[in-house]
Amino acid sequence: MSQPAEAVAAPAPQQSERSRRDFLNAVVRVRELGLIVALALLITITAIAEPRFVEAASLRDLVRNATIIALLAVGQTLVLVTRNLDLSVGSVLGLSAFMAGDLFQNNPDLPIPLVFALGILLGAAAGVINGALVTFGRLPALVATLGTLYVFRGLAFVWTGGSQVNAETLPDSFLSIGTSTILGVPTIALFTVVALVIVGYALRNYRAGRELYAIGSNPQAARLAGIRTDRRVMAAFVASGALAGLAGVLFTARYGTVDATAGTGYELQVIAAAVIGGVAIFGGSGSVWGAALGAVLLTTITSALIVPKVPAFWQQAVVGALLLAAIALDRFIAVRVAERLRQRSTRTTAAAQARNGGER
Amino acid sequence: MSRRDHGWLRTLFAIALASVFALAFVACGETRDDEDDGGGGTAAEGEANPEAEIPEGLEVVSIPKQLGNPYEEIEHDGVKEAIEELGGSHRYEGPTDAGASSQVPLINAAAQQGVDALIIAANDPNAVCPALDQARQRDVAIVAMDSDTAPECRSIFINQASSEDIGDTQIEMVCEQIEGCEGEIAILSATPNATNQNTWIEFMEEELEENEKYANLELVEIAYGNDDDQKSFQETQGLLQAYPDLKGIIAPTTVGIAAAARYICGSPYEGKVVVTGLGTPNQMRKFVKSGCVEEFALWNPADVGYLAGHAAANLAAGRITGAEGETFEAGRLGEYEIGENGEVILGPPTRFNQDNIDDFDF
Amino acid sequence: MSAERAAAAPAPRRLSELARWEALIFLLIVGTMVLGSGLSDEFLTGDNFSFTSADMAEIALMALPLTLIVITAEIDLSVASILGLSSALMGELWVAGWPIEAIIPFCLLVGAVCGAFNAVLITRVGLPSLAVTIGTLTMYRGFALVVLGDAAVADFPESYTRYGFENVPGTIIPYPVALFGVLAIVFAVVLHKTKFGREIYAIGANQEAAFFSGVRVKRIKEILFVVSGIVAALAGVIMTLRLASARADYGTGFELTVVAAVVLGGVSIFGGKGSIVGVILALFLLGGIRSALTLGQISQEWVTIVTGALLIAAVLGPNLVQRAREARAHSRDRGRSARSGSLEHRPREKRGTDE
Repeated sequence: MSQPAEAVAAPAPQQSERSRRDFLNAVVRVRELGLIVALALLITITAIAEPRFVEAASLRDLVRNATIIALLAVGQTLVLVTRNLDLSVGSVLGLSAFMAGDLFQNNPDLPIPLVFALGILLGAAAGVINGALVTFGRLPALVATLGTLYVFRGLAFVWTGGSQVNAETLPDSFLSIGTSTILGVPTIALFTVVALVIVGYALRNYRAGRELYAIGSNPQAARLAGIRTDRRVMAAFVASGALAGLAGVLFTARYGTVDATAGTGYELQVIAAAVIGGVAIFGGSGSVWGAALGAVLLTTITSALIVPKVPAFWQQAVVGALLLAAIALDRFIAVRVAERLRQRSTRTTAAAQARNGGER
Repeated sequence: MSRRDHGWLRTLFAIALASVFALAFVACGETRDDEDDGGGGTAAEGEANPEAEIPEGLEVVSIPKQLGNPYEEIEHDGVKEAIEELGGSHRYEGPTDAGASSQVPLINAAAQQGVDALIIAANDPNAVCPALDQARQRDVAIVAMDSDTAPECRSIFINQASSEDIGDTQIEMVCEQIEGCEGEIAILSATPNATNQNTWIEFMEEELEENEKYANLELVEIAYGNDDDQKSFQETQGLLQAYPDLKGIIAPTTVGIAAAARYICGSPYEGKVVVTGLGTPNQMRKFVKSGCVEEFALWNPADVGYLAGHAAANLAAGRITGAEGETFEAGRLGEYEIGENGEVILGPPTRFNQDNIDDFDF
Repeated sequence: MSAERAAAAPAPRRLSELARWEALIFLLIVGTMVLGSGLSDEFLTGDNFSFTSADMAEIALMALPLTLIVITAEIDLSVASILGLSSALMGELWVAGWPIEAIIPFCLLVGAVCGAFNAVLITRVGLPSLAVTIGTLTMYRGFALVVLGDAAVADFPESYTRYGFENVPGTIIPYPVALFGVLAIVFAVVLHKTKFGREIYAIGANQEAAFFSGVRVKRIKEILFVVSGIVAALAGVIMTLRLASARADYGTGFELTVVAAVVLGGVSIFGGKGSIVGVILALFLLGGIRSALTLGQISQEWVTIVTGALLIAAVLGPNLVQRAREARAHSRDRGRSARSGSLEHRPREKRGTDE
């Protein structure tokens, strides 16, 4: 496809840049679209078998169930994108959940926003510890967050001292957050949606956000290009921790009864949700919207399998198979994308060479 | 690659390691095999001597299913009360997760320390048996409480109420509360392996089949909430979705009934679906007072622990061996007789409703 | 990349660096033994060794193949689920009337198949092992639940279950631990003394370079994952015998403990470094801590906290020392030359965000 040399010489580099970015964005969108389609299919099929599945109350419950994992998945995405991971989110959630319950039990008149703020702060503090271990301490993220997973969980047991927060002792105003709706949407889901919008926007439209992707794609190149990798990675961990702290407070609002084991085992579920949502486990790609959709899909499957009375034991096997399918699909897409990009850059280079080389 | 250079260092380490351990452990201690030869029978295997004194300073360890469960905390407080009353010392050691194998290291530690008696609420009736057998060989008296082990592995089992009574009472309550005593009901249980749960459920099923009064009640599903609040909550949701005509949910677990009540009360299902089972007054007070839950049952867990403590002390002192027909004194609870298979029953379940719920604080 | 590093760095430094880790763990073990004997008289006894090592046997077994896998810069998180599946199969087949002599080999075979499935997805389809094994962790556990459900099977013959926890006659070593000892020697020899082992290190250091040097990367990884599956299934058999009962949910959460043991043993998550001796030492350390705290009547949650703190400290310590050393070297160089390119001096190893 040759074009008049002068007209194209200057804009060619920018155009190829933009079209490359547009192409990648398009791929991401397609992936998310695929998730939405899968979700819609699943709900439709289940609804045909059991119309009660799509009753307003039931759908609201579904959304509520997914909320906490989705919120954690948003935070996890930030960390995964930079080629790290955060295994401590379950333990942080547990600590925050118990703290929120404990605070309310002893001071029922505490303003609710204050408790939320404290939960988020606690989570952020945990994130600082994780981030420091990874950036300053140069620990691999797997090791650092595995260690903090153990330490935070143990601390939760020490703190609770065998006691439990009971729903009956929490102020109703707080518990109602877990059960109420605003304009038909469950309140706790709104927290997740807001977090999703903020983080999603920041990732796409702020340089700091895009730099996270660069770090994940090629850490050395990112550093050579002048990106402050330490700062960005630290920020990602702090964000993940803060969101886990928020999720903890929401957990208490929803379930009321909290003990030291709250959140145990969540970390692998959250990573699974993110991976199903298209977030690459080696960083560099994926979106928070995809991760949240992945969480919703996972939760929906668990609920959907109850309807045809699939024995609970099959659910796990199905979820595992689904996860593998998602990973394989992403790999397939990634390979194709790489091919297409190579072809494009070959074409652009060839066109540019034709333009430039021809005259000389 | 330079790996071959320091193979010798590694081999050195391996040898150093092996020798240190050989020295440390073989030189310093007795072995299990020695114990096997010299240990001999336990107090439980010998003849009972009702005249024997309960010695001062008995060391008793109690092991719950998992740390952090308030119901179990109260039980073990009861054990503490009994042991301290008798002038002994009590320790409470629990695992951080309710897995089948998690209690084994704790049992082993107690055996190694040569405690006088061990009281355990088993996560799995069989997985703890090899460890318990080892403990018995060291003259540790074994009492199971609340959740039984296989009968061969313990001398006495303290049951809160007769398992049959527990099952029957719950069916009776659900029948009384459902209009016309007919319709679909479901059970929300704890973990699938919990001995106590499965025994009670078996009796419930039997009662439903054999008693004509319940001919119109149909048990459609048994769900497992794993004694986890969130899971029980979600399982309740699932049950109501899968069985839209469900009339009642029986939750023979304090965690399950609280979660189910919390889901149903304040939702469109309130008044349409009955919630009953085994719960603690403190957790259920709100729902009973609002009228959402009419009646549920339990017993005093502190009493269960107290009885277990006295049984363990008597066992360790040789006053009883766990044989059927033996009796022993249990402090403020009076005299108790051992039934079949070493089982001792605390008493009939207590029903809680609006009239009496304020009389209790646990 | 790492291969160049390995070639360029003088051998003595590599030597002391390796010994340093094992020395550190060894010191910690000694410290633990002092602490343990201080906390309780029963700590330094043959009994305690028997009990504690038997409890750790399954984790120890699974740590052996995982060490090799992590050295190749992969990971296998599905081991605990294969353990559960193996136990569930034992229970189900026993109830179905199979003789135990047939059940055990069958379980090992199933373990091999699970490992092979992992291997195919990782080497042939090219998926990242972390993601794949999170998926198979869930799937295999699901299969275990489908096979045996929530039941437990308990009437295994005593002639077999006694091998689960009894000591080898005349010693304080339980049979499973003796088995571990034998396998540990096998793995150590393979890893440190054979071409196969050297190729494993090569793959971990630089997979592409190894491939172009003629190392059959895919084949080796496949073998490792299959072995991991077999050993995990073996661990399931042993656990079933030790507890005289088969359950589908055995080992839930063990995978993280096994990874912790491997990392604590000095094996780098990025691959290319580590030794079996280090991992064995780490296993002793973990067992010793658990035992010391339990016998010392310290509540169980502290075992969790100490394990996590230890994991962090063990990797953090050397990193910080290295950083301090670099900072000193850096400031020295800066004093010497007019401008030091910070890029050249920034170390490329051990960063969390590095390749």
